[in-house]
Amino acid sequence: MMRGLIYAASIAAVVALAFWAYREGYDTRATSRDVARLQSEIGARHQELSMLRAEWAYLNRPDRLHALAEMNFERLALMPLDADHFAVVDQVAYPPPAPEWPAPVPAVELEEAVEDVIIMNHRYGADAAPRLIAPPTLADDGEQLP
Amino acid sequence: MIRLPFWPRRRPLATDPFVPVAPRVPRAPEPAPVAPREAPERIRARAERRMKFTAACFVFGFALVGVKMGAISASEAREPSTGSLSGASIVSDRADITDRNGRVLATNVDATALYAQPHLMVDARAAAEGLARIFPDMDAETWHRRFTSGSKFFWLKGNISPEQKQAVHDLGEPGLLFGQREMRLYPNGPLAAHILGGARYGEQDVRAAEIKGIAGVEATFNEFLRDPAQEGAPLRLSIDLSVQSAVERVLEGGMALMNAKGAAAILMDIHTGEIRALASVPDFDPNDRPAPAVEGDPGDSPLFNRAVQGVYELGSTFKIFTAAQSLELGLTNAGTMIDTTGPLRQGRHRIRDFRNYGPELSVTDVIVKSSNVGTARMALDIGAARQQDFLRSLGFFEPTAIELTEAPGARPLIPARWPDISTMTISYGHGLSASPLHLAVGYASVLNGGTRVEPTLLARATPPAPGTRVVSERVSAQARHMLRQVVMRGTASLGEVSGYQVGGKTGTADKPKYTGGYWDDKVITTFASVFPADDPQYVLVVTLDEPQIEAAGEQRRTAGWTAVPVASEVVRRATPLLGLRPDFNPAADSFASYLAESGNR
Repeated sequence: MMRGLIYAASIAAVVALAFWAYREGYDTRATSRDVARLQSEIGARHQELSMLRAEWAYLNRPDRLHALAEMNFERLALMPLDADHFAVVDQVAYPPPAPEWPAPVPAVELEEAVEDVIIMNHRYGADAAPRLIAPPTLADDGEQLP
Repeated sequence: MIRLPFWPRRRPLATDPFVPVAPRVPRAPEPAPVAPREAPERIRARAERRMKFTAACFVFGFALVGVKMGAISASEAREPSTGSLSGASIVSDRADITDRNGRVLATNVDATALYAQPHLMVDARAAAEGLARIFPDMDAETWHRRFTSGSKFFWLKGNISPEQKQAVHDLGEPGLLFGQREMRLYPNGPLAAHILGGARYGEQDVRAAEIKGIAGVEATFNEFLRDPAQEGAPLRLSIDLSVQSAVERVLEGGMALMNAKGAAAILMDIHTGEIRALASVPDFDPNDRPAPAVEGDPGDSPLFNRAVQGVYELGSTFKIFTAAQSLELGLTNAGTMIDTTGPLRQGRHRIRDFRNYGPELSVTDVIVKSSNVGTARMALDIGAARQQDFLRSLGFFEPTAIELTEAPGARPLIPARWPDISTMTISYGHGLSASPLHLAVGYASVLNGGTRVEPTLLARATPPAPGTRVVSERVSAQARHMLRQVVMRGTASLGEVSGYQVGGKTGTADKPKYTGGYWDDKVITTFASVFPADDPQYVLVVTLDEPQIEAAGEQRRTAGWTAVPVASEVVRRATPLLGLRPDFNPAADSFASYLAESGNR
């Protein structure tokens, strides 16, 4: 009686274990396939990344940026950086004090108020004359003349 | 008697129960004598053996698991490879090259190669004609002959575009196949072409191809770039892409303006020797590197790197070395008057100045006015042996140590014998030929405070220890002050850039003929400069090959009219990019400020 029970139980266990091992084996193979797939995906992403980096470098090459800056000179007015573009902090004007609403502060008073500050070539205030920025002169070959 | 089980059992007779009955059934035989018990020691030994065997099995099993786990944890994580390239035996992954700010100068992209297997072809003639239509450089007849020749494999194209690939695909020919590989791409085109050099395919396979550097840093660092142990870490160069671009642009413009046939420029950090920009025009596109010239002067080829390979007589730029050595030896000081009455006779040679500068000039004015006679007299006082030692200490006797394959070949041309006339002419830069890079290294070494620098193209993480001392701090400051005055009131007055105290020396040397002697109307002009002169940061050398301009009513070929304006434009453009603040304080030009700056370091 007891013996029969043990036999039956062990046979059932063997079947269950075989089933488990079989399933694990398949799981393992599926996982390793998954890993291989992921690895090849990572590799493909890496290649994409390096391609994008190359493209980024190509689009940002100095020649192209220079040509773009020249083509859009009228809108952006980008010039090569020069020694004259440097200034010390003291040279930067504080923003003018907020006008006392509703009476706007006349420009003369503003000038007096910031007398000690070097104003380089800007006049602040709503009543300052608009400055005309001349469009760049282009030579026949498209070369920009100073 | 044998009793069979199915026979009926006889009834036992009623007998006297006390009478012993002879047994009918034979008694069980006497049990055999039991073998004597084994000695317990042996049993224990056997059990112990078994236990040990079992334990050994377990230990072995666990050890196996442990070893495997150790192996897994100790092995390096491998970069996943693309499925198609895994298993390719040729190493195809090559590290990027970047500038000092990490901007890409060279990288790899996927490419497609085209090959043919004629035994798989359906119609060789149609294939050859189709290929000739797609690729204009392929001849239908030639390729038809090759496809029918019996060979089983041909490389057709190393690198085709996606459009070409689609066109070949549309031919529908099973014998035309595509190989996968990587291709070296230089996204900035011809920028820094001479530094990068170029690459080509080495061993080829249909699944991958090996990329090999053939010139420049690509060749010098070939092993580093393809070393898998670096895990793809890029090679970081010392050059700055925007500075290099500005320098090349100015140099190309300057070469055209000055009607020169070539130009070179080197911008170098004066303290570390890091090269921020190195340009030579005409240049080429490393993506499509031209074949080396087989005829004509190799010096005229775009592949020729004038800054490193070009060995020229550098003219009066050498005078500052003579003056610095004279000061260092204590033979003169900046105010000592030198006899400049010319011409100076030495044997059958006569040395004269560009113009007569009067009977005598101070050492500073000899440099400022560029007097050959005065410099030659100073050199005679120094003597040939000491002059050679000094120039050797500045590196003028050896090829430069820069990391380019071309560099070891550029050995300076030094006279075999060194008579007094050589001492005299070399003091003002004639009779000794060196590359502009040698000159840059010499200037950096003398002017940075007096320690030798080694040029390098690699970005340095930490500043190197100062090299051996060539001149004292004070002499270095005096030399810079003299060079500053050359720009302020001497031959290089066009070199002034307001805000940046440029100091420098011009040099104009006649070009030697191949047949001997010198051309009358062909010169190499050089401007070697340092800026800011009071607190030196960079050395710039600009060289123009055969410049000639019409200026102020006459033909001009001297460096002051040709190389100097180009160099000053380079300084103007490059300094803000290098992050140098301009200093408009006129006190910066006083000698006291030079000494103070050298004392601060």
